[in-house]
Amino acid sequence: MKRFTIFLCTLAISVLLVSCGGEGAKDSKSAKSNELAGTIKIDGSSTVYPITEAIAEEFRTVGPKVKVTIGVSGTGGGFKKFARGETDISDASRPIKDKEAAACKENNIDYIQLSVAYDGLAVVVNPENTWAESMTVAELKKIWEPEAQEKIINWNQVNSGYPDAGLKLLGPGTASGTFDYFTKAINGTEGASRGDYMPSEDDHVLVQGVAGDKHALGFFGLAYYLENADKLKLVGVDAGNGSIKPSMETVKNGTYAPLSRPIFIYVSSKAVQNPAVVEFVNFYLKTTAAVVGDVGYIPLPDEQYTSQLSDFAAFVAKHKSDM
Amino acid sequence: MNSGQINHIKDQVFQYFGIFCTLIGIVLLLIFIGSIIVDGVQRIDWDFMTSLPSRKAEKAGILTAWTGSLWIFGLTALIAIPLGISAGVYLEEYGKKNWLTNLLEINISNLAGVPSVIYGILGLEIFVRTLKLGGSLLAGAFTLALLILPIIIVATREAVKAVPDSIRQASYGMGASKWQTTWMQVLPASAGGIATGVILALSRAIGETAPLIVIGALAYVPFVASTPMDEFTVLPMQIFNWTSRPDHDFVINAAAGIIVLLIITFLLNGIAVYLRNKWQSKVNW
Repeated sequence: MKRFTIFLCTLAISVLLVSCGGEGAKDSKSAKSNELAGTIKIDGSSTVYPITEAIAEEFRTVGPKVKVTIGVSGTGGGFKKFARGETDISDASRPIKDKEAAACKENNIDYIQLSVAYDGLAVVVNPENTWAESMTVAELKKIWEPEAQEKIINWNQVNSGYPDAGLKLLGPGTASGTFDYFTKAINGTEGASRGDYMPSEDDHVLVQGVAGDKHALGFFGLAYYLENADKLKLVGVDAGNGSIKPSMETVKNGTYAPLSRPIFIYVSSKAVQNPAVVEFVNFYLKTTAAVVGDVGYIPLPDEQYTSQLSDFAAFVAKHKSDM
Repeated sequence: MNSGQINHIKDQVFQYFGIFCTLIGIVLLLIFIGSIIVDGVQRIDWDFMTSLPSRKAEKAGILTAWTGSLWIFGLTALIAIPLGISAGVYLEEYGKKNWLTNLLEINISNLAGVPSVIYGILGLEIFVRTLKLGGSLLAGAFTLALLILPIIIVATREAVKAVPDSIRQASYGMGASKWQTTWMQVLPASAGGIATGVILALSRAIGETAPLIVIGALAYVPFVASTPMDEFTVLPMQIFNWTSRPDHDFVINAAAGIIVLLIITFLLNGIAVYLRNKWQSKVNW
């Protein structure tokens, strides 16, 4: 009756063997010797993640021995770890809050905020929608403010020039950073919105929803519009200086307001003791402009990257002596 | 129409209703798997399996994700199987019926119904922070082991309970000790049931994402883990990450990732079922 023992052993061994597979495939690029090594831990916003991932991917050729890992705990979750000293760099889709800054200070962590790109928010309608070419911020507020709930349900209530047709609204769910940012920019208070719209955390669902309903109106990240430009129609936003549609140019020069925002990385003062982190951040600021387009974001003007490079150099010099 | 005919009609109606209900599940599953295979199967090739994550959908691969999933599977099995089976055997064969075992019993049943993200929070405090394991494979495996322990314990108890008492009596009658009886008679006789529970539990573990996100599993890991202390990502995380990308090609990648996850689950389950059947057929009294 040794069978049972054999069974257990076979199971354990096969499990071990299987888990060790795939070892040989790594280090394919590390033939080129390089003195940079160590680990860089990054966590934070899922909005910033695609840019950081792209930079980390490019960085593999510069520092093949540097292990860069990126998590997606969200901006708030990322700052929690950042303040405990668990991460070197934090991705953030909004500036750090006072409470989070205080938590960093408590643990003697100083930081530098670097903006890396712009994120534009697109207001979209169905391509068959012939009336809403452009909307003012006031009109958008009229639609989305909490008081509009169950009251503004027809297009002609928004603007008497619009047809008598039911208004169907779609947007991101309340947990999303995009929702916070839209409500702040349009309704004035973060998180203040009517509740009777169709929410989805999956932007693909929002795209499908607007593309499939002539009377729909929705908002989401510009990247999703660009990927689906054939199925959607962009609405120009008028903040008092005429109608502006979001594009590379209008977001970059700041005329597409108020629905564009910078997104950030934060670097910890403890992390800059590690030369790999310093090199990575420099690489980040130098390379971002070239890669953000691939992932649907808009680069800052060149001079901003240059000035931030020197800001960062000063930050490093200040904290190098800490140790 | 007499009552017999009416009953016959009711019988027929219920039969068709039953078939209909069964088909709903099967048809939905087929549609789901079918659409995923249509979307993703052409994306699966050697490069996809051996490439690191990338911002370009056509260059991105799942090497770190599937190796991470296998690591997690292996470590979780090593931790949860011995603990779960031992606890189940203890409760059934050794534990005396008193308030303590009653309390344990109720709690184990309740634990099986706790949402998985709660285990993630527990794992974050105990394994990641207090025991300082960090966001490592080991912390993830311990957390998932906790999550599936109740399933293994309950399955073990049921299987052990199903062994007829006459077998134990006969074993004692031959002069065997309690340990010998348990190890050589009861456990082999109940191994089929135990293995079924273990398979179900491990299948659940390999598909979990929520508790791993909480303990700090990552989205981008450019190296294959070489020790249990390394940081990791798993297939479900990679799939989730890809479905939230604007570029449609990433959705295809996600479908391909789902197919690989299904294949891994089927393969591992297949191995376990094969071992169980092969081994169970040897038991005859």
